Amino acid sequence: MLDLIHDYWLYFLIGQYPNGPFGGLGLTLVLATSGLLLSLPLGLIFGIARISPFRIIRWPITALVYLVRGTPLLMVIFWAYFFLPSITGHKTDQITTMLTALVIFDGVYLAEIVRAGILGLPKGQLECARSLGLGYFEAMRFIILPQALRSMLPSLVNQFISTIKETSLGYIIGLTEVSFIASQINTQVLTKSTQVYFILGLTYFVLCFSLSRFAYWLEKALQRTRSQKAAA
Amino acid sequence: MQFDLSLILSGKYHDWLLSGLGVSLALTGITLLLALPLAIAIALCRLAPIKPLNWLALAYVETIRNIPLLAHLLFWYFGAPELLPDNIKEWLYSGNIEAISAVAGLTFYTAAYMSEDIRSGIRGIPVQQIEAARAIGFGFMATMRLVILPQALRITIPPLISQTLNLWKNTSIATVIGVAELMYQAQKVETDSFRSTEAFAFATASYLGVSLVITLLAALYHHRYPVRNV
Repeated sequence: MLDLIHDYWLYFLIGQYPNGPFGGLGLTLVLATSGLLLSLPLGLIFGIARISPFRIIRWPITALVYLVRGTPLLMVIFWAYFFLPSITGHKTDQITTMLTALVIFDGVYLAEIVRAGILGLPKGQLECARSLGLGYFEAMRFIILPQALRSMLPSLVNQFISTIKETSLGYIIGLTEVSFIASQINTQVLTKSTQVYFILGLTYFVLCFSLSRFAYWLEKALQRTRSQKAAA
Repeated sequence: MQFDLSLILSGKYHDWLLSGLGVSLALTGITLLLALPLAIAIALCRLAPIKPLNWLALAYVETIRNIPLLAHLLFWYFGAPELLPDNIKEWLYSGNIEAISAVAGLTFYTAAYMSEDIRSGIRGIPVQQIEAARAIGFGFMATMRLVILPQALRITIPPLISQTLNLWKNTSIATVIGVAELMYQAQKVETDSFRSTEAFAFATASYLGVSLVITLLAALYHHRYPVRNV
């Protein structure tokens, strides 16, 4: 296994870059990070729309949420893969395709996190803000969201873990992320399949497990500050 | 290009897509049957009064949950058969190794998630119930079987149904290792006819339809058996 790592570590980490497309673990991380960051605003809008007092906003977004949650991510990726070119009019590369699918998919899941975060606050917060004369949007912006986002932080880290795992599906459309690179290495070496995929699994594990420990720690830390505040 | 509904309502492509739907449903069913007992066993291991067993089960759950399903399937398809003795390997390769790998991967994956739901269901039962059962002389297994599990399963059914929904969606990933399930057939129709809209519309509608049925089941269960406060 050591000689396998010795021969292929750079390829595994960044793909063929700088002599070819950027890829490997680096691309996985870049995709997951940008996917989550780009889907945050979308998730925020969807989440607020989901609990909007106006039916005309609430219903279509709720339908969209159910639609996307009832379909596998792979389906979303395929729709993006085959229809982005005909919508935008020019050829879309795999990274854009994957990013589009991820943003839509994550946006919908984030919407549920945002919704839960807002609904988790005492109802009096919004009522109080409104009775002080703030409009709905002001109340959201200055009173509700700052508190809700804070309690959402651990869920966001968990969503990041999910996103990292989701990027592995880019494999299917030939995106050179780390699973794809591992398969390339497997085809080149041929005789060490078990070891190659073991290393791939281990890589994901180290990454996601440490992040999930971080989320756990964050949750505990947030709980601590909250109880300290309550005590004070 | 016009949307040609007749393409997916009858004829060759209709048959392909329908057989894909059948394989997807079969994958879900078989995996569910295999994963449930495994999940209960893992949940019990995590709660058993034997430390090494707890650690082992925790290690299993964390390992599975922190690795994407795609990597699991690649391992079970490409990696795992290499570890087997030659005669079993030959037998595997002569049969439907894709489906077997997919069922293995999906089962171990789903069981890890379900075991967590079962575990939190068991922990939702007040600890006094265990203490009382132990005090009147039941062993750990008897306590679980006769006192705790019957109550815990009731709390656990709704999350288990939503895990089944995840399992249903996850079967789509089996296309990566060449299992002829719905997504695979949709791609096949696409390559054969360039009718991507129709093929993907069929697949999407099928995934949505089954997801909806599963969601309805959960709602029905919730309505019929609301959570009781023990």
